[in-house]
Formats: sequence, C-alpha cells, structure tokens
Amino acid sequence: MSLLDTKPMIGRVDEVGGRVGLADYQAGQGYSGARRALTEMTPDEVIDLVKESDLKGRGGAGFPTGLKWSFAQGEPPTPGPKYLVCNADEMEPGTFKDRYLLEYNPHVLIEGMIIGAYAIQARHAYVFLRGEYHEPFRCLQQAIQEAQEGGFLGKSIFGTDFDLELRIHSSGGRYICGEETALLNALEGKRAQPRSKPPYPPASGAWGRPTIVNNVETFCNVPAILRNGAEWYKNLGATDDAGTKLFGVSGRVNKPGLWELPMGTTIREIVDVHAGGMQDGYSLRGLLPGGASTDFLVEEHFDLAMDYQTIQSAGSRMGTGTMILMDDSICPVDMCRNLEHFFAQESCGFCTPCREGIPWVEALLTDIENGRGQEGDLEILDQHAAFIGGPTNTFCLHAPGAMEPLQSALKYFRDDFEQHIREGSCPYQRR
Amino acid sequence: MATISIDGIDYEVKEGENLLHAVLSQGLDLPYFCWHPSMGSVGACRQCAVIEYAGPEDERGRLQMACMTNVSDGMRISVDAEFASNFRSSVIEWLMENHPHDCPVCEEGGECHLQDMTVMTGHSVRRFRGKKRTWQNQDLGPFIGHEMNRCITCYRCVRFYDEYAGGKDLAAFGSRGRMYFGRFEDGTLESEFSGNLVEVCPTGVFTDKPFASSYTRKWDLQTAPSICPGCSVGCNTFPAERYGQLKRITNRYHGELNQYFICDRGRFGSHFVNNENRLRHAGAQTETGVFSYGETAKVIEQAADAMGETPVGIGSPRASFEANFALRELVGSENFCAGVSDVDWEVLRTSLDLMREGGFRIPTLQEVENSDVILILGEDVSNTAPRIALSVRQAVRLLSFDLAEGAEIPIWQDAGVRGHAQHVRNPLFVATPASTRLDEIATDTLSGDAQDFVDAANFIAELLEEETDGVDGDSRTFEQTVAESLRDAKSPLVIVGCSLKSSSLVKAGARIARILQRRGSDSKLAMVPLEPNSFGVALLGGELTLSRALDRIANGNGAVILENDLYRRADRESVDRALSQGNCLVLDSLETPTIEKAKFAFPAATYAEQTGSFVNFEMRAQRFYQVFEPKDEIQPSWKWLTALASATGREQAAWTSLDELLAACADAAFSGFRNVAPNSDFRLEAGTRIPRQTHRYSGRTAMLAHVNIHEPKATPDDETPFSYSMEGQNPGDQDGATIPYSWSPGWNSNQSVFKFQQEVGGELMGGDPGVRLVDAPVSFAGNNHTIQSAMQAEVESGFKVVPIHMVFGSDELSSLSWPIRQRMPAPFLLMSSEDAQRLNLEEGMGATLNGSEESLEVRIDSRLRSGLLGLPVGFVTDSMNLDVVAELRRDPDFVKKPGIDPNLIARG
Repeated sequence: MSLLDTKPMIGRVDEVGGRVGLADYQAGQGYSGARRALTEMTPDEVIDLVKESDLKGRGGAGFPTGLKWSFAQGEPPTPGPKYLVCNADEMEPGTFKDRYLLEYNPHVLIEGMIIGAYAIQARHAYVFLRGEYHEPFRCLQQAIQEAQEGGFLGKSIFGTDFDLELRIHSSGGRYICGEETALLNALEGKRAQPRSKPPYPPASGAWGRPTIVNNVETFCNVPAILRNGAEWYKNLGATDDAGTKLFGVSGRVNKPGLWELPMGTTIREIVDVHAGGMQDGYSLRGLLPGGASTDFLVEEHFDLAMDYQTIQSAGSRMGTGTMILMDDSICPVDMCRNLEHFFAQESCGFCTPCREGIPWVEALLTDIENGRGQEGDLEILDQHAAFIGGPTNTFCLHAPGAMEPLQSALKYFRDDFEQHIREGSCPYQRR
Repeated sequence: MATISIDGIDYEVKEGENLLHAVLSQGLDLPYFCWHPSMGSVGACRQCAVIEYAGPEDERGRLQMACMTNVSDGMRISVDAEFASNFRSSVIEWLMENHPHDCPVCEEGGECHLQDMTVMTGHSVRRFRGKKRTWQNQDLGPFIGHEMNRCITCYRCVRFYDEYAGGKDLAAFGSRGRMYFGRFEDGTLESEFSGNLVEVCPTGVFTDKPFASSYTRKWDLQTAPSICPGCSVGCNTFPAERYGQLKRITNRYHGELNQYFICDRGRFGSHFVNNENRLRHAGAQTETGVFSYGETAKVIEQAADAMGETPVGIGSPRASFEANFALRELVGSENFCAGVSDVDWEVLRTSLDLMREGGFRIPTLQEVENSDVILILGEDVSNTAPRIALSVRQAVRLLSFDLAEGAEIPIWQDAGVRGHAQHVRNPLFVATPASTRLDEIATDTLSGDAQDFVDAANFIAELLEEETDGVDGDSRTFEQTVAESLRDAKSPLVIVGCSLKSSSLVKAGARIARILQRRGSDSKLAMVPLEPNSFGVALLGGELTLSRALDRIANGNGAVILENDLYRRADRESVDRALSQGNCLVLDSLETPTIEKAKFAFPAATYAEQTGSFVNFEMRAQRFYQVFEPKDEIQPSWKWLTALASATGREQAAWTSLDELLAACADAAFSGFRNVAPNSDFRLEAGTRIPRQTHRYSGRTAMLAHVNIHEPKATPDDETPFSYSMEGQNPGDQDGATIPYSWSPGWNSNQSVFKFQQEVGGELMGGDPGVRLVDAPVSFAGNNHTIQSAMQAEVESGFKVVPIHMVFGSDELSSLSWPIRQRMPAPFLLMSSEDAQRLNLEEGMGATLNGSEESLEVRIDSRLRSGLLGLPVGFVTDSMNLDVVAELRRDPDFVKKPGIDPNLIARG
C-alpha cells in the first residue's frame, strides 16, 4: 500500500525522503487528478465531486469547499473574469502546516489550484504568501516554473482550451491579511482592512469580481479526491468528518512536529503518541487546539476527537489543527498577555473595539502579571470578553478571535488571575 | 415604506435605507461617528450599536450596528436595551483611552460631536490606567489646523477627502492603535474642499486655522443665514461674528444645493469683510485728489448735485439684487447698465433668453448628482464653481450604485459599493482649453478654444439630430463618443458657462440639451455665470452696455457706480477716461482702483452686514440676512441709493425700509421675490423673533465694559425676522431660510442638522430656502436688444489668449481675504509643451508679453493647444487684459516668486 493512500498530502514527501520535485511528484500519480478533471469532467462535475467528498476548508472556519466553489458560478452566471486565490498567509501563532506543504510538496498545491480554477472557470490564480516565507516563496516559484515548463500551467493545459496563469503575491506582512477580504484588499494594493460582508468574495471579491479564496491545505486535499473519488476520501476520516488533516503540536513535548493523520484523531493520541508525550517533569494543563485565536481546552477535553464538530461542541474551534500546549510551568496570565500583545499589534486599526479594546486588555494583563493588578480588573476583562467577543460587535472576527483564549482562560484558570491580584505578584515567577 | 418597531413603538420608515438613517430620520437620538449622510456607512466606529430581535419570541436579540443593517419591514429593534447602551458607552470609553482632556483649549469644544456623544452615552469615569498616545502634528497650510492627539480614528476625513472629493494628499497611515491621518509630509492640503474636514471631523483634529487665530466659541458667535458670495452656486452659509469681526464661515444645509459641503473659496474667502482697507466714511475728492471725509449729509448733498439730470447707473453682479434694483429705479432703466463687460453681458442675456425659451431644465445640485451623462463645454467648474464640480464627482458614481444593486449590495454600504464597482464610471466629457481637476474622472477630454468647442457642440448636435453615429471605421472622435453616450442617457446634463465669453457656446450647449429633451430624455442645462448675482443683474435688464455707459461718462455725464471695480470689466484706457471726465459716485465696501478715482465715495456694507438677495446659477433667488451691524458710516448700498434718491427728489426710488424695497422689487415683475424668504414682519408661532445669538451667548455685559459698564441695549431690527439677542427661538421647523444656526438639545455640533430635516439628507423641515424663478411663471424684464458680438481675435502670428480661472485668485472679493491670499499663485502664463519647446522655455522660467516689463512664470499644460496662451483671470496687471500676444520673450533675469501653489492649475 502506498503512503499516498493514507497521507494524500504529504505521503509522497515521506516516500521521496525530502522535497518533492516535478519528476518525483509525477511518478507518484502527480497531476493525474488535474488531468482527469480537465479532460474527463465538466466544471460542475468537479464541484459536485468535491461537494460529495465533504472536504471542509482547512484555514480554520471549516466551510464546505465544494459549496463555496459553487457560489462563484453566480445566478445567473456572471460574465467576465473570476479569480482563484490561495490563502498562504500563514500567520496564526503555532501554525506551520502550510509552510511544510509549500516547502516540501508545492506541486500538490499547484495541482489543487488547477482543479479549483477549472471548477470555477478562473483563468487567473494567485497565491497570497506570507511575507516572511522566503524559503516557501523560492520553492513555490520553482515549482510553478516546473509546472509551466511541464505544460500544467499556461495555455491549453492538457491540450484542452483551459488556460491558467498562476502568480505569487508576497504579502507586506500583517496577520490580518489572513482574513480573506483583507487579503483581497491587500492583493488589490489597498490597505489590508477587512471588507464588510455581504458582499462575500464569491459574489464580489478581487477587483469586484467573483473570487474563491481557499487555504493551502484545502487545495492540497483536492488532487487525491479527483484521483480516488469522494467515497475514498470520506473514509479516510476517523470520525464523521472526512479526509486527513495536518495536525501539529508545539510546547514541551518530546517530539514537537507535524503529522498528516485521519481527521478526528484524538488529542491524546496526537500528544502522547505522535508528539511523544510531555517532557519529564511537565504535565499538560491546557491547550489551544488550533492556533492563538481558539479557546483553551483542558484535561476534561483531552480524549476528544480533533474534528470541526467535536471541538466546537467543547466550546472551542479546531482552527488550523496545530495546537499550542500550556504545561504546568507556564503562567496562564502571562500566556494570555503574550497572546493579547500579538492580537493588539496585529489589529488593522479599523474598528474601535479591536483597535482600542485589545490594547487595554493587554495593559491589564501586563499589570496583573507584574503585580499591579487591582480589584475590579477581572470585571473589566470579563466586560471586554463580552463586548469584543460577540461576532457582530466588531467589524471582522479578529477581535472575537483575540477574546477566545482570554475568556476561556478566565473560565478555566480564574484562580490564577485572582491569586496574581491578591498576592500582588506572579506565583510562577516566584517559583 | 416599512414599519419597524423601536423600543416598542412602531415607526414608518423608508425602505432601502440603513437603520441608523431610519432612527435619526424619526428625530430619535442614536450616537454615531463614522457614518455620514452623504458618504454612507462603513461600520468602523461601532458606536451606533442597537439590539435587533430575530422575531416576536426573541428576548435576547443580537447586537448590530445600525448603520450596517438594512431596514426591513416588521423588524424589531431596541436602542435602549441595556447591553446595547452599555456597549455604546464602552465604545466611548475605548475612544477616551487616548483622547486628550483638552476640551477647554480645543477649537472644537462646545460644538464637538465627540463631546455630545460622550454625554449621550453616559461615560464619565476613567478606568484605563495607561498613558495616552501622542503624535506629531503637521503643518497643513493656511486653511487647516492639525491636532492628531484628538483623533478617534473614524476615517471620515480620508473618506471625504479622498473618496468623496477626489483629493490625493491625505491618507490613513499606520495600523492598529497607531493610526495616523495626514499628509505624507508637512504641506498645504491641495484639495479645494479641504475646509470640509473641519466639519466632517467629529472632534478637533482638523480645525479652521484662520478662525483659530481669532477664536470664539460657537455659543458666543452671532450668526444669521447667509449666501456665499464666492461664485454663482449660491451655497448656503453661516457667517459668524463676534466683536464686530467676521470670524468664520460654516456650511448651512440646503437639501437641493450644497447639502453638507462648501468649497474653500467659500469657507475662507470672506475675511475681506475685516480687511483693513474697508471704506468707512463717505467722502468727496478734493482738487488735490485727496478724499475729504466731511459730514455725510453734506457729501450726499454735493453728490446729488454732481449726479446731474440723467446720471448713468452701473450695477454689479456682486451686489445684492435689491441694491441693483434701487439703482435701476434711481437712474431709470434706459440709463442702467448691469456692470459687466459687453461680451459678458451678451453671454448673460443669451443665457436668460435661452431659459425664457425653455426646452430643458436648469438642474439643482442634487439633479447634477443624478445626471447619468455629463458634457462640460468650455467651463472649468472645478475653478469657477467648485461645488458643482464636487457634484459632478458624485454623478459619475451613479453606475456603481446600479452595479451594487445588481450584486445585492446596499447602496449605503460605501466600501462595498466602491469595491464592487472599482473604476466603473458614468460618462463625463470635459471640453476646456486647459487641464482641469475633473479630467482624471473624465471619459474623454477635448482641448481648444471657444470656437473649437462651439464647432464640436454643433457637430454633436448634428449627430444627435441625424440619428447617425457618423463613424467611419473604428476610431471615434470626441464628438462621436459624446453623441453616442448622450443618445443612451436618461438624464443627461450639459454644463456651459461664461468664462470663455462666448454666447455661441452657450447656445450650442442649449441646442444639445433641447435635442436631447425632444428625444425624450430628461435633459438639463446648467449655465454657470461667474458671480453671485450675475443672473440677478441680467434679470434687471438695463439698456446700456458698459462701453456705451463709459462713453457717456467720458462725455461728462454723471454716474453712480455700485460695488464694481470697472478696471476688472473694461480696458484701462476707457475706464481712466470715464473716471476722469465724469462725476462718478462710487459705492463699495473696499478701496478699489475705481474708488481711488471717484469724485464721491460711499462705504457700502458687505453681504454679511446687510440683508439682500442673490440669484444663483439655477435662477434661485435666495436671501442673505444681516449677521451684524456694520461700523462707522458703512451701510447697505440700497440705503445710500435711497438717500441719493431723496436728495435728488426721485421719490419713486426713495424707499424708507427694506420691506418697501422688497415689495417694489416684487411689483416690478419679479413676483417670485415675494416668497424668497420671510420679511421683517415674520414671527414664529409663539410670536417671537428668531435669535441671532445662541441660548448660551455670554459676556454681554463684559464685551463693551471698557467703554460702558452697562449692558448695551439690543439693536432693534426692522429689516428681518431676527433679533440681535439670545431672546426667541430656533425651533427648526420654521421657514428653512430663517435658520440662524444649527443646534439642538444634546446635539451642540453641526451634526444637529438632522433635527432640522424632514428626513436625514432630505429637505429642511421648513422647506429648502429660496425660489427658483425659472420654475415659477415669471416674466423676465425682457427688452431684447442685440449687442454687436465681440470680434473673435484673428491671430496670424503669436498667441491667442484663453482665460484661466483659479479657485483662489480669480474672484475679486475672496482674493482680498487674507487666508485666500496665501494660496494665490504669482502671475503666470500657461502654454503648451509644443510651444514651450519651440521657444526654448521650460516650466518655472519667466517670460514677458508684448514687450511689457512684467515677467510671468511659465507653466506648461499638457492639454492646452499649441497657439493658445492661458492667462489667469483676476490679476489686474498690464498683461492681463490681452486678447492676443504677438510677442513672447524669455526673461533671463526672472526669479520665481514664492507663494506659488502648483495645485491651482491642475496638471494633466
């Protein structure tokens, strides 16, 4: 059995033992999915297949990919250009899955994008790449050139009348560019501020045209679906959720890293088996399941399956699936302060609660951590969690995301916060 | 209409609007910052939060920003719900983290929207313990002060300046809590609409710099409704006074005209009222040429004698309709001259004749904004009538609203509409001699001179009449493209004007508008004269042309010259001859070259110091009311004229009150004048007058304490419905022409204007001011006479001159306003790059014309046709009255003068 059957995204990397070039990629059935789509299927059939596969967006929100693609058709179908955009602005703290794909298996992304572009009939596609990703830029650029030379990009792909131009746009470097409408503004050369929705990008995206934005990992799932079918893909998942997922662990484990595992693998298996368990002398107190903007999970949740529905039911979000662990040596107040510092710094500055509220949260956490906390501070933090945390309270979901770790920390680790204020110092620093 | 429930009460509101618009239109209070009725919603400040309930069962509801929520029938919301109200208070608390507590020294204090919203939400105790962020401010030039520490990051400034008004040099910089709004470096804000930042900014970041230099709180300002004298648009304004000084001009809302915005000529151009060269006393010239300021009654007596039996009366398009009428009645219509050059007179009369014949509609500014195809023929409105240009900028966005509706984006969702439409614009065609600031949004432009534009217009008319596109091959000429667009237009607009001094051009424009009307479209023609009362004097007729009037004066005839510097109207020689030979009585507010040579001079009140009317470009007669009493012997011209009428026994023109004069105006076939605005007998329902002073006007006993410790008696007012006191009411629903200031309980800033409107952005509750004389059946005083057409200068060699109008400098009175003077360029000439190359001239060099000693700075315009030379209008210098330049020579010793503002002439 080929590794490709269980690890459609990065199995080939393991087989080759390193970076997958065009020849290696083709030798492992590379571009056969795209060939099938373009030469044997109509765009609608491709969309239907992806719908059937139950593939959900891997950027964090988990929106069904096939359904999203179908919106770009418009009713009635809109004439004029459409755009396909890959969101490779991977700036979520603790997340490095897209980078791995871009560096080690860029052709699987290119193939996925060819299929996506064909499905929505876009002739222009962009990869919006995180500004600091210099090595991935080089790898992807080389792969695009190989693909062009191999006839997979450009004019008349596979001898069909389908053309596709794929370009990389290297970001100026803001976390908010990962929000798809801010990404589109940045792509157009405007300030990277999110847009109000509606209109959603499939109706009016880049340059006011129908645009589909998908995450790197989402596209990387698509070639295998075309090759092996929807049923096969659905069966890859350990739970009801389909396919495989790149899961990652950072923190004091023995083997921090990244693995392509069946969707729905439990947290405990990921941490204990794949990450080799906690280092000696440390125990796991809580974790952020999918990046900085997800709620803490604690002991009671560690046997849960990592899939979209299960984690959401536990009051958090699976997000990017790359978890950050908080062991018992880490001060939850300080960890929150660190996170809120990040979110305050990365606010685009457009709406008031985010621009002015998060810095206040950061200032309060700094005070509490440094022993300057006052009675009533927790109430102010609670108020912020409520006022900034509501999905319609702020312009986009950056600020509510910033409140997720805070509000769950206030819930699960409130004693720590109170102790800081009561004792006028951080107990973890005294240790 | 839709029915929505707000806190348990049902309201009928307009569908298709956002919820904030609907709530405010009901007169309810809901705090906001970033939304603006003219600029739509972007959802940045999160201040207008309300609770929206999903259905009758929903008790919890969901927080929504009212500005970003569509009104839908049956919706139920709460403004008062605790969560929403706490959230709004919290938004203020966030904004106050960094807002300085400098209200006592802030120019905005007392009329600050942020103050109002802070009080309204109830936030009062500071819990944030951090330091406030601080900024370096920028020098943004003579008009606008900058104090970034006060910024609450609502984005209104850049949205107005860049997106609404097309400015290029103001931007949002930085991100997160470090947002900065300014220029990329210190320097004068270039847009001629920069002054609106003062009113658009909800707090004191952008302030009126000239006002700040002689500052008074809003509550201590005495104001009355007025009309801007800067051009023919007739924007409604509030001039404000304290201690006998005109302090500032702010926008006065008019639903069909200027709405929320005026231009910088209007805002900063009125400081001529305080000019030290104001004429203050009546006087007579002695034999030595020096004026003696004697006893007024005696001067009047002497002047009455000197006038003679049949004096010539020279009126003025910058004087009130009433003063011009009084002069015409004093001297008789056969001796009355409108006071404009012969060729200007012909253009004005032609415009009036065209209106009388009809066949098109004269648009309001709101109708300009709803024109789907616009053709501008010869008139650079961005310099001669900037507020029209601002409306043209909005008109080209109509298509984007159609596109938005197609994509189900609400038209008030500003960023969505703009993002979706991208650069799609309605057709706009600009035919002007040189580049204009509208070129950048034009579909196509045409360069040339007046005759070229007449030819082009006639060709367009023929193409439209013939129903053919006249296209050979693929390439389309300007005319073909225009004809094609106009043919498909639903409400096309042709804009012509007076600046090229061609009546043929006005006629050609009217021809196109009429053809379009016949073809079934709702076509409009805007004929834009240059001065505030150009159409007013044109209506008054008069049988003398200026050249004939000057001839008569030169032959020793007496003359009464009303608020007019004749050197701006006719060549120096004939004016010199007339002023030296005739007994000229000159009435004016400022010392002018004409006054210097007058036999008798009478100090006239400026528009802010008197009550009168102007007739604007849309033939709307509008009343401006006296804001404050002039000092010394200064009085309204009509009072001098009636005094002269009494002194000479011309009883028909010796009215003793303004009401009598207004009644006489109306009797003389201008019946519309009866309804222009309320007269002196108008009282509110309660029987009270309307106060010019606010209810918090302070210092009444202190202001004159150095002269007399007793509070002075309020000046009685027998000319207007206003009082010179704080007694009375400004309820808001009185006649729209009588709103002395915008102020409402809880709303101290100009944002209070919505309390005076029937709905947000709509008509004033008491009706929009003024009467459009074209809409009412009026008989224009019609004495048709033909004037010999000005000869088209034939140029064999050398250059033909085209006039170049400038927003700062071409208008007489505003160019005497000190802030405007700082924006006026040094004298220049404009030439094509071809000609410059041929003559080895470069931008910034100097050149002399026809051997004159005066050197002009050379500027190159990409649009100007070779063979044409652009000379700026408004400079009274030797080079400026030329029609033809035979000799242009480089001045090697030229030194570029400072004060040159490159923005005054747009570059292509």
